[in-house]
Amino acid sequence: MIEVKNIEKSFGGNKILKGISTVFETGKTNLIIGQSGSGKTVLLKSLLGIHTPESGTISFDGRIYSELNPDEKRELRTEIGMVFQGSALFDSMTVAENVGFPLRMFTKDNNKKIQERVDFVLKRVDLTEAHKKLPSEISGGMQKRVAIARAIVNNPKYLFCDEPNSGLDPNTAILIDNLIREITEEYNITTVINTHDMNSVMEIGEKILFLKDGLKAWEGNKEEIFRTDNEAVVAFVYSSNLFKKVREAYLKE
Amino acid sequence: MMLTRYITQIGRYFLMLKEIFNKQTKWSVMKNLIFKEIDDLIIGSLGIVAFISFFVGGVVAIQTALNLTNPLIPKYLIGFATRQSVVLEFAPTFISVIMAGKMGSFITSSIGTMRVTEQIDALEVMGVNSLNYLVFPKIIALLLYPFLIGIAMFLGVLGGWMAGVYGGFISSAEFINGTQMDFIPFHIVYAFIKTLIFAMLLATIPSFHGYYMKGGALEVGKASTVSFVWTSVSIILFNYILTQLLLGS
Ligand SMILES: Nc1ncnc2c1ncn2[C@@H]1O[C@H](COP(=O)(O)OP(=O)(O)OP(=O)(O)O)[C@@H](O)[C@H]1O
Ligand SMILES: [Mg+2]
Repeated sequence: MIEVKNIEKSFGGNKILKGISTVFETGKTNLIIGQSGSGKTVLLKSLLGIHTPESGTISFDGRIYSELNPDEKRELRTEIGMVFQGSALFDSMTVAENVGFPLRMFTKDNNKKIQERVDFVLKRVDLTEAHKKLPSEISGGMQKRVAIARAIVNNPKYLFCDEPNSGLDPNTAILIDNLIREITEEYNITTVINTHDMNSVMEIGEKILFLKDGLKAWEGNKEEIFRTDNEAVVAFVYSSNLFKKVREAYLKE
Repeated sequence: MMLTRYITQIGRYFLMLKEIFNKQTKWSVMKNLIFKEIDDLIIGSLGIVAFISFFVGGVVAIQTALNLTNPLIPKYLIGFATRQSVVLEFAPTFISVIMAGKMGSFITSSIGTMRVTEQIDALEVMGVNSLNYLVFPKIIALLLYPFLIGIAMFLGVLGGWMAGVYGGFISSAEFINGTQMDFIPFHIVYAFIKTLIFAMLLATIPSFHGYYMKGGALEVGKASTVSFVWTSVSIILFNYILTQLLLGS
């Protein structure tokens, strides 16, 4: 469980996060939604310690990040897996080397064991033929899947995904959503996902946090998001006619 | 305004140096990184360093020969002047300025690209000390830099000898006599102290500019240029200071 209390973050006098509090639950897919530029990535990076918030606390199962010493911080980070918006694969390493990297860095496993684990997670994300390829030689969707494999290879307790399915076709997008949800349940991970894909919201929104103008404008789950009459949420989520109809149909049932 | 910015940058540079040595990467991983940097930075520069040294050494000999028109001045001075200028300045200092362009822009652009594509964030998120991971192997690899400069010294003098002898300016015996004249061992020590310090500047200043850059692909290019300017300016400044300290009295 990750507890966020009153997080504030500015860049050069420009306040992006204006005091956000919430709880991300273990074993669930927690979604952060909001318009482009609403601060989703900044919030995620603040959770990860890439950005340092000016005020507020973030606690990982009771461990308050800002109170940890550098060694404890690094220790905590080895329990975190992150899928960046642009995948952030190491472009000098092959797919298999990328995925095995956290194991080579932080475990005492021998090469054989590492290779077995790499094979296992790559299979888990449906990539069995790409081991020896470089990131520049595979497609964007494959890169995302490699990034997911790398993020889960060391059995993280916390998984962060920044728009894991943006720029992917609907099929692959759903595949990746389901994959993340399955992994989350299977290994009881605290998963936080940034998205503006309404499909994901309807499919895997077990907990949804809606950001607007640097504030938490609404939170709930995918059933509640159909029923809410919060104006901001309705305006954002049901801006397309298709989803408007989906909502009407859902409310009739 | 400018001044405070420079001072902040310099402060940041020293904080970076401290962080590089903070938490070490596992040796089994680091070992391979070091070999890769030796290959990229040292082995990869052998060709260009050899080429430049050989021909510049030759030109120094020819220029000296052409300017020694007074028959009273002994010919062996050609060998002497070639040795002095190659060993004291050309090999350590000017090769280093050239390397600030070659190695420096390579280092800045490769680290800068990792910054803009969030690969450095990815390292940090995993709990890796990214400065140690990226910069430490470069520092260790550049401990071999004096070896490169040693080759430059040798080839520079060799180029001078060939240009002098085969250009008909001087006999081989006279040139060699000149290269052995008034030999001061401390000059070699001085040259290699400089070289080692330049090596550390070459490893760390371009890394600094790559690591702390902001923006996208365009800024990577700009950062490489800025990094070249600062690395070469530092080399020239340190050259002056070290020469004054070590050779001046
Ligand atoms: N490093 C930074 N320095 C300055 N401003 C930043 C920085 N990172 C983000 N911002 C600003 O913070 C705001 C929120 O950005 P953020 O990347 O969090 O948006 P987002 O919700 O993730 O958008 P998207 O859905 O397009 O990814 C933007 O106005 C952006 O300009
Ligand atoms: Mg974003």
